[in-house]
Amino acid sequence: MLPVLDDELVRHRIARRIALEFEDGAVVNLGIGIPTLVSDYIPEGIQVIFQTENGLVGAGPKPEKDDLRFIGAGGRCLSTIPGASLIASDFSFGLIRGGHLDSTVLGALEVDQEGNLANWWVPGKLVPGMGGAMDLVSGAKCVIIATTHCTKKGGAKLMKKCTLPLTGAKVVSMVVTEYAVFRFTGGRMILSELAPGIDLEDIRRATEAEFEVSPDLSEMLGCEKEQ
Amino acid sequence: MPTHIIKPVMSAEEAVSYVKTGSSVMVGGFNYGGIPYTLIDALAESKTGDLHLISNDTAYEGVGHGKLVQNGQVRKVTASHVGLNKVTQSLFNEGKLELELVPQGTFVERIRAGGFGLGGILTPTGVGTVHEEGKQVLEVQGKRYILELPLKADVALIRGYRADRYGNLVYFGTNRNFNPAMATAASLVIAEVDAILELGDIDPNDVVTPGILVDILVLKGDSHYASRT
Repeated sequence: MLPVLDDELVRHRIARRIALEFEDGAVVNLGIGIPTLVSDYIPEGIQVIFQTENGLVGAGPKPEKDDLRFIGAGGRCLSTIPGASLIASDFSFGLIRGGHLDSTVLGALEVDQEGNLANWWVPGKLVPGMGGAMDLVSGAKCVIIATTHCTKKGGAKLMKKCTLPLTGAKVVSMVVTEYAVFRFTGGRMILSELAPGIDLEDIRRATEAEFEVSPDLSEMLGCEKEQ
Repeated sequence: MPTHIIKPVMSAEEAVSYVKTGSSVMVGGFNYGGIPYTLIDALAESKTGDLHLISNDTAYEGVGHGKLVQNGQVRKVTASHVGLNKVTQSLFNEGKLELELVPQGTFVERIRAGGFGLGGILTPTGVGTVHEEGKQVLEVQGKRYILELPLKADVALIRGYRADRYGNLVYFGTNRNFNPAMATAASLVIAEVDAILELGDIDPNDVVTPGILVDILVLKGDSHYASRT
């Protein structure tokens, strides 16, 4: 059986692991939810430029005093780092589609073994709209998914085939859950890391998707830093 | 409305009287930022209806152009995201509102196409998703693209920071968002600004929207969000 982990531990474990993926100078867009936590865990010696699609390249942490004239995509007030630039939406999405964004980190409702992603709408529920997600996944060089391994009710989120409307087809590069890390290469889904104490057979049972196991399977990075 | 080189400065009420029943109206803004709040309040007050609202989102219930939707002044919304406003979602569900959802980058690029005389744009965004349905997909140099058509409007209500007498505009912070694109794509452009300066007080190097695109200037009011953004 997979261990039941505290919600906060889950969120921070996933964020901490993703924060290790970026090279110095990488341009990264963070979605809402767990992805927003990623900026807290960028390792020392690495500087990442955070882009928000509503028009800021070089977003910094929440300022001491809120100023609604500087907000991020989730509507929260942000600071601008020294060296930041402010741009219009057309320019911002030009950067995204044009291959100038190294990584986008997003949540997921479903990911399947072909790298398809569904994260914008559950038919039958109120339709929120896709916002910038379809552009982000079609344009970013690397699409990193931050998600719990299963739904709150214990259902599979890592599927053989997505059942919900897609955000992007064959776009996912990497999935990080509280138990494991998967990478997608050449149309194959490959398990590359397992969190400490997690059994491979338990992961297979909790994962509907069929995946290969990397010959270099290792312990999930970042977990050693947990208190 | 005749073209002036020196742009008329109007009250918000007078400016929005140019928005007629049945008009298509672009409204700048993303979430709380860059919404022409004073113009929107006047338009909400005017009760002008049957509008086609073209805006990235519909703000929040009771905030900005969320009010237009709530008042029943809007027949159709073209947006990328309406998840922040339950009223928009409910009216759509009840069949009382037409809703066209467009990926955000596509949304602004369609406006650019409208404003810059292009017959459409080709984008990879949405290929292989439901967004592709009913649209022409073209293969160019081995890659598939959706053909997206231009968006134009009768009126654009936009938010600038400072204007000069010619209507040249600069923007502030993340308030810029869709405003410069919308200024290119409407027959009548009304800009709400913090201040109107004399000619020469804005360095031509800093101008983002040339005044030739702007028709009417309105000073922002002191409502909760107008004063904070």
